[in-house]
Amino acid sequence: MNRFAELLDAIAFEPSRNGKLRLTAAYFRATPDPDRGYALAAMTGALSFKYAKPALIRTLIGERTDPVLFALSYDYVGDLSETVALMWPALPGLRDHPPSLGEVVNILASSGKIQLPGVITNLLDRLDEKGRWALLKLITGGLRIGLSARLAKTAVAQIGGHHPNDIEEIWPGLTPPYEELFAWVDGSGEKPHITGAAPFRPVMLSHAIEDRDFESLSAKDFRAEWKWDGIRVQAVAGTQEDGLRSARLYSRTGEDISAAFPELAEVMRDPLFGQCAIDGELLILREGKVEPFGALQQRLNRKTVTAKLILDFPTRIRAYDLLALGGEDLRALSFLERRSRLERFIASLPPERFDLSPMLPFESWEQLAAARTSPVEFAAAENAPAIEGVMIKRADSVYVPGRPKGLWYKWKRDPFNIDAVLMYAQRGHGKRSSLYSDFTFGVWRSGAAGDELVPVGKAYFGFTDEELKRLDKYVRENTIDRFGPVRVVTANKAQGLVLEIAFEGLQPSPRHKSGVAMRFPRISRLRWDKPAGDADRIETLMALIGPRR
Amino acid sequence: MSALLTLTPEGLYCPAGDFHIDPMRPVARALITHGHSDHARAGHGAVLATEETLAIMAIRCGEAFTRSRQTAVLGQKIALGETIVSFHPAGHVLGSAQISIEGKHEGRLTRIVVSGDYKRQHDPTCLPLEPVRCDIFITEATFGLPVFRHPDTRHEIDRLLASCKLFPERAHLVGAYSLGKAQRMAAVLREAGYDRPVFLHGAMEKLMAFYASRGVDIGETRKISAADRSGLAGEIILCPPSAINDAWAGKFPDPVAAFASGWMRIRARARQQGVELPLVVSDHADWDDLTTTILETGCSEVWVTHGEAEALVHWAQTRQLRAKPLHMLGYGEEEDSAAAEDATA
Ligand SMILES: [Zn+2]
Ligand SMILES: [Zn+2]
Repeated sequence: MNRFAELLDAIAFEPSRNGKLRLTAAYFRATPDPDRGYALAAMTGALSFKYAKPALIRTLIGERTDPVLFALSYDYVGDLSETVALMWPALPGLRDHPPSLGEVVNILASSGKIQLPGVITNLLDRLDEKGRWALLKLITGGLRIGLSARLAKTAVAQIGGHHPNDIEEIWPGLTPPYEELFAWVDGSGEKPHITGAAPFRPVMLSHAIEDRDFESLSAKDFRAEWKWDGIRVQAVAGTQEDGLRSARLYSRTGEDISAAFPELAEVMRDPLFGQCAIDGELLILREGKVEPFGALQQRLNRKTVTAKLILDFPTRIRAYDLLALGGEDLRALSFLERRSRLERFIASLPPERFDLSPMLPFESWEQLAAARTSPVEFAAAENAPAIEGVMIKRADSVYVPGRPKGLWYKWKRDPFNIDAVLMYAQRGHGKRSSLYSDFTFGVWRSGAAGDELVPVGKAYFGFTDEELKRLDKYVRENTIDRFGPVRVVTANKAQGLVLEIAFEGLQPSPRHKSGVAMRFPRISRLRWDKPAGDADRIETLMALIGPRR
Repeated sequence: MSALLTLTPEGLYCPAGDFHIDPMRPVARALITHGHSDHARAGHGAVLATEETLAIMAIRCGEAFTRSRQTAVLGQKIALGETIVSFHPAGHVLGSAQISIEGKHEGRLTRIVVSGDYKRQHDPTCLPLEPVRCDIFITEATFGLPVFRHPDTRHEIDRLLASCKLFPERAHLVGAYSLGKAQRMAAVLREAGYDRPVFLHGAMEKLMAFYASRGVDIGETRKISAADRSGLAGEIILCPPSAINDAWAGKFPDPVAAFASGWMRIRARARQQGVELPLVVSDHADWDDLTTTILETGCSEVWVTHGEAEALVHWAQTRQLRAKPLHMLGYGEEEDSAAAEDATA
């Protein structure tokens, strides 16, 4: 565990992708099974730890240290796990036999809720400070290791000189601690074969198009379609050796999300689907109308899927590509050839669950630009809120996993903008834990005693390090009240900081005081110059709900 | 009843002996604990310090840093006015000393020890700290929180060497204060068996040569010229902390930004400074060493000059010691001011 923690620590400080890869590959080479497998599982999110609440961690440190010294230390460090890891008092002798990562995983898996405090205390006693930090981050669910699952798999592939896609292909059939995978990359075992009749195929991703790209690209070489505001999925069906039908729904990273959408898996088990792999967007449609992303969110991260939920939020896959059909791999064909097969195939499927993402006819980039800025005129008007922009794909592009250059582009719609007033600030996480970097902002509305601010969102990014320093200073100098970690800053018509907020969309939300929730809000400009009284009103914001322009 | 030691705008002052200790502004007579720029300033009428500290002040501020110098020999008693003073090793940097003052304090014969900066960790470049029994102990608290527990220096050096091995095509720029830390890093690298030359930023050169002349084993060092930089893949380069992220660093092959400092223990601190390889090596006492030292002096009263005074004062009070913070501004900035000074040197 201490060694794994050293790796996490080093990765967190290493800025370059290549450096992270080298560190990770070196760790996998030097670490025996099953520890390296559990490490891979932790990095790819395949490990579920027994979660401990921060309150439990506070209790444990409270039993060992002076509360005043803990409070002063926590205030200085700004991060609970790190503070506890650093100041946990060592008991002599216990560090001589630090637990391995595998041991930690097993101990946590086999202990119940009542045993958990004792088990964690014992582990903390036996680990060094980096080990304690990693353990606390893992069990409080706060581990942001700065390394994607893809990078971890790439590091494994590097050991055996394989392509990371080779790992992605077999990944869904593998389970921690991945001993057969490591045996294969070490050269001491066979390549684990793709298990199941419905394997995942690594997806092809697009680049954001830039203005200057249009100068070198010719519109006639490309095809376009809407970019839908749903979830990218791969729907795969097949027949097992025993004749039973198998159907899986994967996220774009290869995570099996079938369990959350049983109605789709059930349809796909129909022999009608044969052996197929469809690439498309998962959407919620009601009466033929695509709902904004908020509706789909109701179906995510649910423990149980009720019949009512399935009925109230009807799912559909809007297909835009076909990777395999009838046992044939189509990925080496051109986009146009795959598209014509897809059109024929989709026509044979139940339309309430599978339909086609329509092609957008255009002859020039100007025409496409018009469609992008005003989908209302080009698509059925009621679908416009669910459209994020357009996708542009080379007509002759083969399906290449990863993010190949020059083949697929996304062209997002311009964001919305409003001017809001800073109301509350909170300290950030990780690198920003000592700075006030989470900002809640509001807009004006009429209240009983005249105009008042109502919070409409929270933003964590969109500013430079320099600006952040200035914001942090501003917050500290203009604090008028505190609630736990939250500082309330001066915000009235005469005095207050105006933030220009960019965001992708807006949806009604009864959970928020203002009645609306923003998608992807970020600070686009700090308006030190603008009087707080001139910031936008809630009515302006409300007018943005619904079809745009 | 008069106090043996008081606080004036210039810093700690002993009326019975008519001298200041580590004053922040020019005074008639100054006793200096060590050569860091926040403690050792130029322009005093007379300076009493160890021979090494006087030499370091002459290197950093020029020979004319004071009108008259007097050398303090460690352990030797010197009568000043109605007091007896003596200097004792502090383990901080070469020549660093604690200053003991004996005299009447509020009517009673009292011994006060002003520690200056100190540490207890292994350091082949200077004499180890000798705790001095006293009534009032005046301590720093740079790392006065229980989150600060410095690891074994050798462990951090091993991490640096492991990184050089993993990234042999990258230059390792190690930010280190030019007085004390840089020499200690070089010396511990030698103890770890590292036998490549250690490369030096121009600002590190003079003090490195001074340490070598005093018999500290820092092995072969080389000053680097602009032309050399691109050829230093896999090498260790010692430079002022401010240099690890500036344009100078950009000329090295894919540099790894390392920084040797006690602050590196706090992740947010290390990241804010753009450090990729934080090395927790400090010349200041960590929490355990601060508390151990206070207890070993047998003092009944603790004054905390600078740093995280609140926690240390609280701790001392839980041990039934009288304790107070002095809130002295101006100390603890040696690192910043020295870095700025080095960068222009
Ligand atoms: Zn110092
Ligand atoms: Zn100092």
